[in-house]
Amino acid sequence: MKRRNFFKASVVSLSLAVAGLVSLPALAADTIKVGILHSLSGTMAISETALKETALMTIADINAHGGVLGKKLEPVVVDPASNWPLFAEKARQLLTQDKVAVVFGCWTSVSRKSVLPVFKELNGLLFYPVQYEGEELEKNVFYTGAAPNQQAIPAVEYLMSKDGGGAKRFFLLGTDYVYPRTTNKILRAFLKSKGVADKDIEEVYTPFGHSDYQTIVANIKKFSAGGKTAVISTINGDSNVPFYKELGNAGLKATDVPVVAFSVGEEELRGVDTKPLVGHLAAWNYFMSLKNPENTKFIKMYKDWAKKEKLPNADKVVTNDPMEATYVGIHMWKQAVEKAKSTDVNKVIAAMAGQSFKAPDGFTIKMDEKNHHLHKPVFIGEIRPDGQFNVVWKTPGPIKAEPWSPYIPGNDKKKGEPDTK
Amino acid sequence: MILRTLLTLLWLAGMFVSPAQAALDPALVKQLNADDTDQKILAIKQLALTADADTTRVLQALANDALLIDGDRVIRMDGERAYDAVTGQEISPLPETAATLVINNRVRGELATTLAALKLFVPNRDQRLAAAKELEDNADPFFIPILDRALAQERDPEIKDLVAQARALIALKSPDPAKRLAAVKILGESDNPSLKVRLIALTDPAKEPDERVRIAAKTSLRALNARLTLGENIERIFSGLSLGSVLLLAALGLAITYGVMGVINMAHGELLMVGAYATYIVQTLFRHYFPGALDWYVVAAVPVAFFSAALAGIILERTVIRWLYGRPLETLLATWGLSLILIQAARVIFGPQNLAVANPSWMSGGVQLMSNVVLPWNRIIIIGFALFVLALVWVLLNRTRLGLFVRAVTQNRAMAGCVGVPTGRIDTLAFGLGAGIAGLGGVALSQIANVGPDMGQGYIVDSFMVVVLGGVGQLAGAVWAALGLGIASKFLEGWVGAVIAKIVVLAFIIVFIQKRPQGLFALKGRFVEN
Amino acid sequence: MKTDRRIPFVIRFLSATGRRGWIALSVFALVTCVLLPAAHLWLPNGHPLHVSDYVITLGGKVMCYAIVAVAMDLIWGFTGILSLGHGVFFALGGYAFGMYLMRGIGQDGVYHSALPDFMVFLDWKAFPWYWQGTDHFLYAVLLVLVAPALLAFVFGFFAFRSRIKGVYFSIITQALTFAFMLLFFRNETGFGGNNGFTDFKRILGYSITAPQTRVTLFALTALMLMFTLVLGRYLVKSKFGRVLAAIRDAESRVMFLGYNPLWYKLFIWTLSAMLCAVAGALYVPQVGIINPSEMSPANSIELAIWVAVGGRGTLIGPALGAFIVNLSKSWFTVAFPEYWLFFLGLLFVLVTLFLPQGVVGLWQRLRARSGR
Repeated sequence: MKRRNFFKASVVSLSLAVAGLVSLPALAADTIKVGILHSLSGTMAISETALKETALMTIADINAHGGVLGKKLEPVVVDPASNWPLFAEKARQLLTQDKVAVVFGCWTSVSRKSVLPVFKELNGLLFYPVQYEGEELEKNVFYTGAAPNQQAIPAVEYLMSKDGGGAKRFFLLGTDYVYPRTTNKILRAFLKSKGVADKDIEEVYTPFGHSDYQTIVANIKKFSAGGKTAVISTINGDSNVPFYKELGNAGLKATDVPVVAFSVGEEELRGVDTKPLVGHLAAWNYFMSLKNPENTKFIKMYKDWAKKEKLPNADKVVTNDPMEATYVGIHMWKQAVEKAKSTDVNKVIAAMAGQSFKAPDGFTIKMDEKNHHLHKPVFIGEIRPDGQFNVVWKTPGPIKAEPWSPYIPGNDKKKGEPDTK
Repeated sequence: MILRTLLTLLWLAGMFVSPAQAALDPALVKQLNADDTDQKILAIKQLALTADADTTRVLQALANDALLIDGDRVIRMDGERAYDAVTGQEISPLPETAATLVINNRVRGELATTLAALKLFVPNRDQRLAAAKELEDNADPFFIPILDRALAQERDPEIKDLVAQARALIALKSPDPAKRLAAVKILGESDNPSLKVRLIALTDPAKEPDERVRIAAKTSLRALNARLTLGENIERIFSGLSLGSVLLLAALGLAITYGVMGVINMAHGELLMVGAYATYIVQTLFRHYFPGALDWYVVAAVPVAFFSAALAGIILERTVIRWLYGRPLETLLATWGLSLILIQAARVIFGPQNLAVANPSWMSGGVQLMSNVVLPWNRIIIIGFALFVLALVWVLLNRTRLGLFVRAVTQNRAMAGCVGVPTGRIDTLAFGLGAGIAGLGGVALSQIANVGPDMGQGYIVDSFMVVVLGGVGQLAGAVWAALGLGIASKFLEGWVGAVIAKIVVLAFIIVFIQKRPQGLFALKGRFVEN
Repeated sequence: MKTDRRIPFVIRFLSATGRRGWIALSVFALVTCVLLPAAHLWLPNGHPLHVSDYVITLGGKVMCYAIVAVAMDLIWGFTGILSLGHGVFFALGGYAFGMYLMRGIGQDGVYHSALPDFMVFLDWKAFPWYWQGTDHFLYAVLLVLVAPALLAFVFGFFAFRSRIKGVYFSIITQALTFAFMLLFFRNETGFGGNNGFTDFKRILGYSITAPQTRVTLFALTALMLMFTLVLGRYLVKSKFGRVLAAIRDAESRVMFLGYNPLWYKLFIWTLSAMLCAVAGALYVPQVGIINPSEMSPANSIELAIWVAVGGRGTLIGPALGAFIVNLSKSWFTVAFPEYWLFFLGLLFVLVTLFLPQGVVGLWQRLRARSGR
């Protein structure tokens, strides 16, 4: 009985496996499939869900205006569930099973690192919309978020300026993973080049999901007694709320010790009571509060979309930097496809060089001819009581990305373009 | 906060009934909108020199983001009504093109000091005290005449000390050694950490030529350091207590459901989440229906959270958990499934983002114990709340009939059933109680951390550690374990950093369980294994 | 037992699995080691029976999970010890083999250094001591087998000696995996921090993305799964297995009968950890990434759920459970990206409530009913 059971069960398992694995090849040819690879569950859902919505909205908008090359775009949404190996599996599925022309997705560095080998192997195309640590340049990826020189370095320059408070000491605080580590390494080198001594730089890391910032806030307070201090925060996601709450209640005001954050935008501030945070800073390439026709159109489009799709809290939706980067990325891809007259990956990559687009950040921004990154303007905003940002400083125009930061030794030999091998 | 603003408004109304605005220089007001920050600050200071009520009003509006700019005109908002900032005439309707006059941190800082200097002469003592505190760190020589005037007028000793310190700080830069010496001596009585650097600079012969000043600076520095170290230790112990009470609140519900009933409830974190979401809903309702009493929403949220979490718990118990008694490891799997469902439900209903739950004004800010020690109100109140919940649980378990039954069922289910205890119903109620306590924990967590779908996941491991370390079925164990872990983590964190501290604590738990396999407080008596 | 001694070990080992079992295994072997690889390698891409590399990698991954599930069942289903920290052994095996794969990248990394990129980034000039020798394949394999086993042995020795059991044991294993996760998250630990190891290039000189390498790994994983099943069957049917079951059912009585449960538990616990480690080592080259999130407590709980879904205390059950849960997860996350957690959660609840013996139990019940 047991043995027969074993035998039959094996057969069942096999047939199940085969049924689950073999799916029919896609037949539709009058649409172009587009993959959307953002976590809708797990820890990253908090940030990535809005990007999925933006992508769907942009695709619907493009379809409403006639699609691409006369074909409609067909979004394929998958949920990698904040699970990094699952990202790789889903990427492979999108490329080989669904045969998508392009994938928009990923948020964390580790998810991008996880899918990279797949995109390289299968010669896929990924648009990555989030600010990141640089130190990477792949032929198959277009980076529509900021490189460190388009976010971190201008922010620190601002803090050191008279208007930014003339900070002399820097408290680098981050979640312990690669983006904060790299950013802080670049910043440390940068600060040193500006004559800041090692004793005036403090680097502190917390584990993921850390929620008790009492000791750290006390340390910031102690450190700030030694001179005008600024905190540079690369705290990730959920830990920001407890950090800012602690900061507000411990009586550290932005006028004394400003905190500039690189991972806190409009979307994150929705979850925080912003009154105690007024005056703290964030550096991005886009703010919802920017006033220009493109942005007005973008915001309205998203608000309408939220209402139509009945998103939770639809009346209070906000737009943020990675959402804008997603929007820009999809439009640039569309332009490149139209220029190449094909969705073939190599042709599209070639056509992407030098594409420009009138973006909601108020500038006509350009994809660099060589380095797969956008030229982006940098804005520094102070948090307002309503959870939006007042732009207090901006670059005169878009600046070119430096994925290989000159502040990391050895990078001077790097080429500003992907290896072609 | 609201109270303070109200008082300010009352004071403004009382002192300045006449809306005469002639004293304001229109050019200076316009200069507030200069592109260059230096120009802006200059305008603020020059305006301040006139030091009258209109200036205060305009500057206050600037600080509150209530100054708008419309072409050449500067508009001051007062609630919903708009006035011309210079003439004081009401403007209606507000032109659409009006945009908020944006200020940055630097301006905001200058503005705060300027306003503080202006407020040193208000009749209200609290306002003067706040103003003096604000000036203590940030005084600049510009304010010497104002500070001197305040020193001459002020009678309150505390405020006078602060002003004297601010004055002394400026005097440190004085070319006259006697003045510097006097200043250094005054500063020796302070416990303000930011003075340390200045005093250190004064002990350096290269910077301070006068030896008497250097010696005085050294003495003052020593006194300051001793006070600072004391402050740091106080703060460390307090933060340990606070973390301990948070852990206790998170774990207490589990101590009942798991400790007393033997149910491994992996959905415990989600019951915390239910409590926190209930708090959010109560806050939203208050904002809608009782905006006046918004400050007290947290109090109303306590029973709401308790009962909604208890209800959720009772539903879980009735539908799933009751079928699994006696199979603890399987409840683990089923409740894990439940937790996935609850998380996704929260995500679908409330959205995946975190929700903003604000500290009411009486929980914002902190008590300034010493200059370098601020004990935040929300933390103090949560420690108190933890004590309250603990007392509540103790009374319920030890002084009520339900508690008696629960204890009876814990000790010997069969025997309790034999003597007529309705074990099934007791299980449901006890589980509901545990869930309700978790809901109370959720209220507390909403005041210090995130409210979002994933919030519960962050506490589940810690909660289990507390319960297991304390010893299953023992409330006292949970209390000692939570406080011990809290204080140990905080001291370790100060020493080796947050990441290693956490690892060390986990390693400690593993080793400790080897020594005391039943936790800190093992149940006494004879129990049959399995 | 006496008769056993005369029969050579190999025969005893193999004959523990019955005839039908062997037939099933042969079918399984035929499919996984011949048919699927052939369909992947030689049928052209457009052919209706072509098996894509997605299927091969997904299948390989799920079979690794199945090995873990069987290993987990040996300790939970047959010995009654629920570990909520088996992810740590799986991940350590993966990391140990990942070190070899990282060394295999050679100078092809971003910084063109002999050191892995993350070490260059940390300004390390040489490999730390625990990376020594990992460029040798055999040493890496040894490390896969020894390092997790050593951890399991030490941890198990102290835990079982102190007679920690039931929920206490589950919770401290959870603490163990959580502590290791935090440790590996640290960049200074020297395992790539949060990013872990990725972007492997070659294994034993063969390109890791070549279809041949891929099907070889796939077939190896299938063989390993079969070996695990046969080994499991042998252990369970032996006298040793009966002592384990006795420990599960009444540990005190086993002690009164003169056995020391410590060594029995310790052996099966260490073996289970080793099997997990091997699964982890096979998993890494196929999935292409190993990072500390594999050690998160939630992952380890999921392992237990596969076992429960498939059927505790049977061998084929957990393997089936791993297939069912993971394939449905793969399918749900595409078909219902917003709602799949509801289905998954519901599946766990329903299985524990109505199928205490898992899918295999359901099968037996149905058979018993139709047989009557």
